[in-house]
Amino acid sequence: MHSKTIKQLSADLHRGSFSSVELTQCYLDRIDRNQKLNAFITVDPEVSLTQARAADELLKKSDGTLLTGIPLAHKDIFCTEGMLTTCGSKMLHNFIAPYSATLIENCQQAGMVCLGKTNMDEFAMGSSNETSYYGPVKNPWNEKMVPGGSSGGSAAAVSARLAPAGTGTDTGGSIRQPAALCGITGLKPTYGRVSRYGMVAFASSLDQAGTLTQTAEDAALLMNVIAGFDTKDSTSVDEPVPDYLHGLSNDLDGLRVGLPKQFFDDGLHSDVAKIVAEALKLFEKQGATLIDIDLPNSDLCVPCYYVIAPSEASSNLSRFDGVRYGHRSESYQDLVDMYMKTRAEGFGVEVKRRIMIGTYALSAGYYDAYYLKAQKLRRLITQDFDQAFEQVDVIMGPTTPTPAFELGAKTEDPIAMYLNDIYTISVNLSGLPGISIPAGFAQGLPVGLQIIGPYFTEGKLLNIAHRFQMETDWHKKIPRGFD
Amino acid sequence: MALDSQTVYRIARLARIDIVDSEVKRYASELSSILEFVEQMNKVNTEHIAPLSHPQDRTLRLREDTVSEGNLREKLQAGAPAAENGLYLVPKVIE
Repeated sequence: MHSKTIKQLSADLHRGSFSSVELTQCYLDRIDRNQKLNAFITVDPEVSLTQARAADELLKKSDGTLLTGIPLAHKDIFCTEGMLTTCGSKMLHNFIAPYSATLIENCQQAGMVCLGKTNMDEFAMGSSNETSYYGPVKNPWNEKMVPGGSSGGSAAAVSARLAPAGTGTDTGGSIRQPAALCGITGLKPTYGRVSRYGMVAFASSLDQAGTLTQTAEDAALLMNVIAGFDTKDSTSVDEPVPDYLHGLSNDLDGLRVGLPKQFFDDGLHSDVAKIVAEALKLFEKQGATLIDIDLPNSDLCVPCYYVIAPSEASSNLSRFDGVRYGHRSESYQDLVDMYMKTRAEGFGVEVKRRIMIGTYALSAGYYDAYYLKAQKLRRLITQDFDQAFEQVDVIMGPTTPTPAFELGAKTEDPIAMYLNDIYTISVNLSGLPGISIPAGFAQGLPVGLQIIGPYFTEGKLLNIAHRFQMETDWHKKIPRGFD
Repeated sequence: MALDSQTVYRIARLARIDIVDSEVKRYASELSSILEFVEQMNKVNTEHIAPLSHPQDRTLRLREDTVSEGNLREKLQAGAPAAENGLYLVPKVIE
């Protein structure tokens, strides 16, 4: 049963082919047998099975939703009442949230079963899952390779079918990039579409929760549960939520696809370029028109992001002071020393680096030169997209410049690591929705195609992705040893 | 722009992160290379451009100034490193 999509599992559960308890146990066993991937930080079979039993009761009474009884892996950034939420950090190694995130509650209300909390880069800062206090996650396609990050645990878990689907967050590519590197479907919705309440904050003007699934259809099913307005999140957007399953199979005749020349330049690996070109041909066959476009400020996205994200992080992470929750140092002299030792011990290298960059960028005398400058560029970057969407319906290109790289290959060079997100970051700066879908393999490693749309066009992106998945079977490939 | 070790100590102090002498050189070089990298931003003239703080230029919503949760003190303090009689305990601040 582990090779099925949540769509198929839902039909099986409603038909009574097996129970949610049996299904949940199947995944718990797979998680247990594959601990070498290090995809999970916390697994609590008792909690999972209790939720599964409750789901089975509902299913028996035919009271369930489409997702009742479906197990799901949550990124360890979402607060779960009564269960550890570490955010991949020593700082929160003992943190049990007093409340659950809205996303978690929505999934529970739909009757879904929590399989556990997945590993991630510390405070979601990373593109390889190597900054986690709990050790790196391994890519199921080749265990010497990174799974991408920061939602690498969820991506690896879905790829290896340790969970039928997972949740993640995307601040600069943290859903789409690991989805691409692990060969699955990753959707980053429009900023504000999914509530951030109870999601540990990294960069609040960029953070957005989304899905990691086998198929676009599964992403639509999950979006129907997690998307929506939430009064508890002041940046949540009060726009009507469509039924994301509606129109999933609509034909693509007349679709105008923009190809930004900046996404196909020298930095792009030739194998990735070939695979993306093949995918584009398939869309042309389905009636789409390819149009060359220009996003002139693309090369400034990464620098702009590495001012805005660390600045917001330095402010957000000031809450970790050893007073109210989480880690506190054991030896200190006075209050300030307690803060400083606690933070020195609790945060890892990359988090400290970013807090310090952000602190510098926001400090007296530097604010205008860094943060304000970056916010102005952010407007230009966003305007580039606005102009592009006057000519085209969606934008397509690679999700990442290369397939997965080796563990340890970029840990000593922060900027090389940052450039890994060169095609994904602009989407966060502009708050747009984007999806990565499996489009082929280079040297045995998955390659992702990215599709970007105007605000609130998640339905259109899922429709386009679903049409692609009707014609291809890249998304059905399971890494050897996990099939 | 290259940061000297004095600046690194100052930033670390502002960020309330204790750093030891053996780390300063590494921070100075890494932070300098990141700052040098973001210097690229200056290629573009942004003189008359308004800063964008919300991706869709939306204004944040305000809510009614009313109590939305009851008294959750015990629950919220349950995870505190040190709390007593409803108070968080910290090192003595006033002599």
